[in-house]
Amino acid sequence: MVTFQFVPYQDLENLTSAKRINKLLNIVKDDKIVIMEGRLKKEEEVDLIEITMEEISSAFKGIELSVIYPDTSKLSSMQRVRGVFANILLGDRQGLTIIGPASIVKKIEKNPNKIELFTKEVDKRRKKDKG
Amino acid sequence: MVKNFLKNLLKKLKFNPFSKKVHIKLGLYGPPNGGKSTLANRICQDWLGEELSSVSHIPHETREIKIKEQVSIRNRKGKELTFSLVDTPGIATKIDYEDFIKKGMKKDLAKKRAKEATKGVIDAIKWLDNMDSVVVVLDATKDPYSQVNITIIGNLQARNIPVLIAANKVDLQKSSIEAIKSAFPQYEVIGISAKYGKNIEDFYEQLFKIAK
Repeated sequence: MVTFQFVPYQDLENLTSAKRINKLLNIVKDDKIVIMEGRLKKEEEVDLIEITMEEISSAFKGIELSVIYPDTSKLSSMQRVRGVFANILLGDRQGLTIIGPASIVKKIEKNPNKIELFTKEVDKRRKKDKG
Repeated sequence: MVKNFLKNLLKKLKFNPFSKKVHIKLGLYGPPNGGKSTLANRICQDWLGEELSSVSHIPHETREIKIKEQVSIRNRKGKELTFSLVDTPGIATKIDYEDFIKKGMKKDLAKKRAKEATKGVIDAIKWLDNMDSVVVVLDATKDPYSQVNITIIGNLQARNIPVLIAANKVDLQKSSIEAIKSAFPQYEVIGISAKYGKNIEDFYEQLFKIAK
């Protein structure tokens, strides 16, 4: 069985970067797949990789990570301005971040419009997570 | 006479107001097995006549930062560019020693390699801030939309570090430069085969554009 845990934006917005990363990694180390509303900052993404490497052990093999984010280059100027204001008022909730334990998630394939998540348990069965 | 005097004076003082920054650090970044070390060896062989790193089909062969100081290259117009070449370990989000066992390694060696590889990834990330320019080396036969690629390039962009993407392994039939270009349309992408030297002259020309 594969367990997904949804992490809403408001659960993370007031945390420091370190606490945010720790919270996400603790869920993953508990063998759950994180579905996070929004995305980490670019620097936090690289910190997540760094901290993951520090924590790798015989029990924890690392993570599979994927972010789906709207392609802003395809938006009109008005939509972009609206997006900037929404981010200022509500925080950057756009996009979706998926983080899974490498022991469960074999790979996450992504193209601009969808994410496909392949688990190790169901090796050949394709599990569509987001269409 | 006055011109020669000033020229000699500046030479003696080792000061040239028109010279470029001397210690440019050019980093090779990317996921494991993209061909960073093969490219580092190609550059060093072409311009210094020696190799820098060992290469292997087993991922994470490069597990520590390797630097070759004072690599001087020339472009077609005869202009010279000197830099320190920094070959970095491949950045990954997971490392499992059992994957190395599957490639034929003994358990003890596989565990040691995995431990060194995790440290290598951390070092590569820490070195991002030291780079003046970066060549991101991607395997053109693989899916370019991996989060590691996006995270590396995003972080270089956030640090205002000029980036050139080398779409490596174009000698292989499965390779697609177009896929990489469409994944990263805002960057210059050059298709090369570091192993066979294909398009390497154009690659050297592009290095002049990103070196600052």
